[in-house]
Amino acid sequence: MSPRPTHDEGDGLPVLPAGKPPFAKILIANRGEIACRIMRTARAMRIRTIAVHSEADADAAHVRMADEAYLIGPAPSAESYLSIQAIMDAIAKSGAEAVHPGYGFLSENREFAGALEKSGIVFIGPPASAIAAMGDKIESKKLAQKAGVSTVPGHLGVIKDAEEAVKIARGIGYPVMIKASAGGGGKGMRLATSDTETREGFRSATHEAKASFADDRVFIEKFIEEPRHIEIQVLADAHGTCLYLGERECSIQRRHQKVIEEAPSPFLDARTRAAMGEQAVALAKAVGYRSAGTVEFIVDAKRNFYFLEMNTRLQVEHPVTELVTDIDLVEQMIRIAAGEKLALKQKEVTLAGWAIEARIYAEDPFRSFLPSTGRLTRYREPLAGPGVRVDSGVYEGAEISIYYDPMIAKLIAYGEDRHQATTSVSAALDAFQIRGVAHNIPFLSALMRHPRFISGRLTTGFIAEEFPEGFHGAEADDNDRRLLAAIAVVVHHRTVLRDAHVSGRLSPPKPKGGADYVVVMGETHLPMTVAETAGGHAVIGAGSSIELTGDWRPGDTLYQGRADGREVTVQVDRAGIGYRLSRGGVTETVKVLSPTAAELARLMPVKQPPDMSRFLLSPMPGLLVSLAVAPGEEVKAGQELATVEAMKMENLLRAERDGKVSKLHAQPGDSLAVDQAILEFE
Amino acid sequence: MREILQQLEDKRAAARAGGGKKRIEAQHAKGRLTARERIELFLDASSFEEWDMFVEHRSSDFGMDEQKIPGDGVVTGHGTVNGRLVFVFSQDFTVFGGSLSEAHAEKICKVMDQAMKVGAPVIGLNDSGGARIQEGVASLAGYAEVFQRNILASGVVPQISLVMGPCAGGAVYSPAMTDFIFMVKDSSYMFVTGPDVVRTVTHENVTHEQLGGALTHSQKSGVADLAFENDVEALLQLRRFVDFLPASNREGPPARPTADPAERLELSLDTLVPANPNKPYDMRELIEKVVDEGDFFELASDFARNIVVGFGRLEGSTVGIVANQPMVLAGCLDIDSSRKAARFVRFCDCFNIPIVTFVDVPGFLPGTAQEHGAIIKHGAKLLYAYGEATVPKVTVITRKAYGGAYDVMSSKHLRGDVNYAWPTAEIAVMGPKGAVEIIFRADIGDAAAIAQRTEEYRAKFATPFVAGARGFIDDVIMPHSTRKRICRSLAMLRGKKIENPWKKHDNIPL
Repeated sequence: MSPRPTHDEGDGLPVLPAGKPPFAKILIANRGEIACRIMRTARAMRIRTIAVHSEADADAAHVRMADEAYLIGPAPSAESYLSIQAIMDAIAKSGAEAVHPGYGFLSENREFAGALEKSGIVFIGPPASAIAAMGDKIESKKLAQKAGVSTVPGHLGVIKDAEEAVKIARGIGYPVMIKASAGGGGKGMRLATSDTETREGFRSATHEAKASFADDRVFIEKFIEEPRHIEIQVLADAHGTCLYLGERECSIQRRHQKVIEEAPSPFLDARTRAAMGEQAVALAKAVGYRSAGTVEFIVDAKRNFYFLEMNTRLQVEHPVTELVTDIDLVEQMIRIAAGEKLALKQKEVTLAGWAIEARIYAEDPFRSFLPSTGRLTRYREPLAGPGVRVDSGVYEGAEISIYYDPMIAKLIAYGEDRHQATTSVSAALDAFQIRGVAHNIPFLSALMRHPRFISGRLTTGFIAEEFPEGFHGAEADDNDRRLLAAIAVVVHHRTVLRDAHVSGRLSPPKPKGGADYVVVMGETHLPMTVAETAGGHAVIGAGSSIELTGDWRPGDTLYQGRADGREVTVQVDRAGIGYRLSRGGVTETVKVLSPTAAELARLMPVKQPPDMSRFLLSPMPGLLVSLAVAPGEEVKAGQELATVEAMKMENLLRAERDGKVSKLHAQPGDSLAVDQAILEFE
Repeated sequence: MREILQQLEDKRAAARAGGGKKRIEAQHAKGRLTARERIELFLDASSFEEWDMFVEHRSSDFGMDEQKIPGDGVVTGHGTVNGRLVFVFSQDFTVFGGSLSEAHAEKICKVMDQAMKVGAPVIGLNDSGGARIQEGVASLAGYAEVFQRNILASGVVPQISLVMGPCAGGAVYSPAMTDFIFMVKDSSYMFVTGPDVVRTVTHENVTHEQLGGALTHSQKSGVADLAFENDVEALLQLRRFVDFLPASNREGPPARPTADPAERLELSLDTLVPANPNKPYDMRELIEKVVDEGDFFELASDFARNIVVGFGRLEGSTVGIVANQPMVLAGCLDIDSSRKAARFVRFCDCFNIPIVTFVDVPGFLPGTAQEHGAIIKHGAKLLYAYGEATVPKVTVITRKAYGGAYDVMSSKHLRGDVNYAWPTAEIAVMGPKGAVEIIFRADIGDAAAIAQRTEEYRAKFATPFVAGARGFIDDVIMPHSTRKRICRSLAMLRGKKIENPWKKHDNIPL
């Protein structure tokens, strides 16, 4: 079955292949989009699907989708999705023959794989031995070296002290990276370009590793400049066939969290691709791999590639590989787990077209990507057209809870080439409506139109380098602004014409026609004239004329149509007497006024937002746990003022400068909105 | 002949000049528009028909006979908003500080009288320093003439006050008797006695803004129904607001075309009520998903936020919406929320606007502040308003409907026409915990027994089906079909006709 999105999918399910399903029933030991994704394929294969869920997920999308669902414990993952016992019980109750673990949770837990093996339940994934072999950074590297896989030059042994570290670093050649053996998420990692930095880095990395992972082992390896993260998808059956399905480039990361992935990589040539693929297969074979797996490499500016680690599971970003190879990886995993032989040969694996995935997270890009939770009061995915696929595990009215991964959905677009795929992602993001929780769509849209992204000059440092001060909205150029202004005019004009058709008039309304308006965006006044044309409206003003078509009607939250023949989608929200329009990462609040009103509006005072610098504001929605100060108290900069609990995390709020507390605005136990005043200084 | 015509033009020009260039500039410098500019913004382009442009005051004391400005500080007349007739008076601060003279009052009375005769709303744009002191009691008489007309027009035609400048002393009582008061932030204030008198009498130091500014009245006192950023925004919002209102008590609510289908389903409403009964949710989401195009004009949004009131449309026609707000004080009824909702319900009933009520109310707010503040009388206002209302009344209980508050919130027993409940509704005398502690007082020491009793009570009474079994609930509906079901009920109720017994007037517990 083809994972590629097409027009004629109808219910979104691929067409069934004939033949007996490999299993009658499988349990999906996961939640969210990946559980839904697996069920989609399983269902198409006529396999009954079983969901497990925590108390917080009783109404979740994956539970609604499954044929059966079992409660496995309270909201915290440790007591539910990570509880091997609870899941084993659900398996026993449901009579599942096999388990797909998805990604995260128990997907790379060898005890879980072992427990299943013991109970005679099929694990839709690799053998426990392969998970174990690839689980440790140092061990896996040694194994890779043995299998002839190129690894980052470095020293894999445990390092005794700082002096030994310096010796090793000199041997490798600066710059070097000191890394915690048990590390992850950037913790216990230090860059060193000199002997002094190595000594210092060794000490601090050891210390941090011990604090974070209770394991102070560190190792040293060469620091790769302009690194790209490129990974190879492998697929191995139990009969000795192992294939590589091309690469995925995942260099666009924010704090080691992938944001954009694509296949193929805009950087690899055929020779490098084949070399990486062959090494990945060699490693898989060396550990007796079975199922889908991913071998991650780091690639330098000269296309030298080095093994990083192997992920012994289905990856979040697997859809981009599915789209360029037209292979359903979940289907293959299920078939392999059932003992079937891979029907493909390496030379039959072809890469066609381009696929890009954008991860939509519940986080606020305008507030340093703070996670956001709450109810999805509006959630409308873009229509799955040709080339657009959305993998999600939520629905309008669902809750983004504090307990789990903040990923809302994955938007994947497929095109003939990279340009087409990028354009599709952008267009689909414009039509993706999310309200109720903050989300990163404006940031993703800005990435899609970033010149460096378009040119394909990616490195893992892309986001840190291009957005050093964080994200403050995509830059709107004059064209963007003019287009949004023109659409605001049409939206307003149609509303005005409709509003005129109210009952009880003294005389009938004037027939339709054009009108003059002034679009007010902040301090800017753009006079614009709208005229009706055969197909829609012409909006003339600001030095140009835009021809707009579209069937927007009052109340629609999306304007979809054409601007000068090009497709355009704009989100339209009412905002008082004006509108808030968003497109391409740009959001503008505009008012469309009559020329008279606009002239009078210029007389209105510009009001300064109230000075909040005297206030301690809650940086996030949460619960005020405690106040450390009382009115009248003198505080020093850095002194603790209050504790706010959000996302199960206690956040200490400290004084930014010296001052005297004059008034408390909240009491412990109060729930706080973002930017709500907690206390006031004199 | 030409000269005679020119004379008219000259006179008009003099009237339009108001208090002159300097005063107009001063008005603009304060970020305020002139009386005429306000009318121009508010009414449809070139629809204003001005009256009494040549009226002048008749006072001669204190040199007033030397100072006459045609129009005498108020611009009056009629025009249209989206083609519908409205009467308007707009006080001109540039002319004698907008102060009210006998002649000024007569102009206002004239438009009010005419509005009542033809049945159209009266909109007052207030910007006045107060009484024309030079005229003495004649000015006070003028106020009273206006008051009397406010009273007679009440319930006959909608009256709206937009306070855009000072409004102090006796002057406040005209807006006070109109149906709605809107204010402009930072430039308007209303109080009976100003900061100077307050300082002398009570030794309180308070600014105009703190004493009676737009925020004070829209958040603390509830005198103002809304506060807007500036004149332009206020006047354009006022246009939107007028679109919702019937012209008079002789007419039904206005209707306009909409593409929003009555059968629209909102699946997300099925998860609006959280599984945990103590967790709040935003009732406004329900309102916005039910009304046409998500367009809800909320009133008093910053006052008594435990109840939400405002106008929306269903199938193009105006409806009044009243809803408990679980986000604030768990949605309970108290003095302020009862007063706020009662006045709104009575407005709707005056002007034939159907009332849709969404109920999630755990009861009345307890406490000495409430009891000593006369919650008994204030709570009774809402009860009274619902009970006397004869317009179509459709009620949807989403979650809690406990105790007396259940009765109050447009229940079947108060002639609710169609009463729906969601499957999550709990209609009972009180919540399970409280009920069990009374019924099974003997078991109170036994936690296990209490838990079991609570569960029994919950299963039996914390559902809509006990009320359903008695017909107090006409149907239990799926949350996602709420819009469809309300639209259908209101269509059925279009011909509703009931009358209260004849009386001189009622005696609502004021």
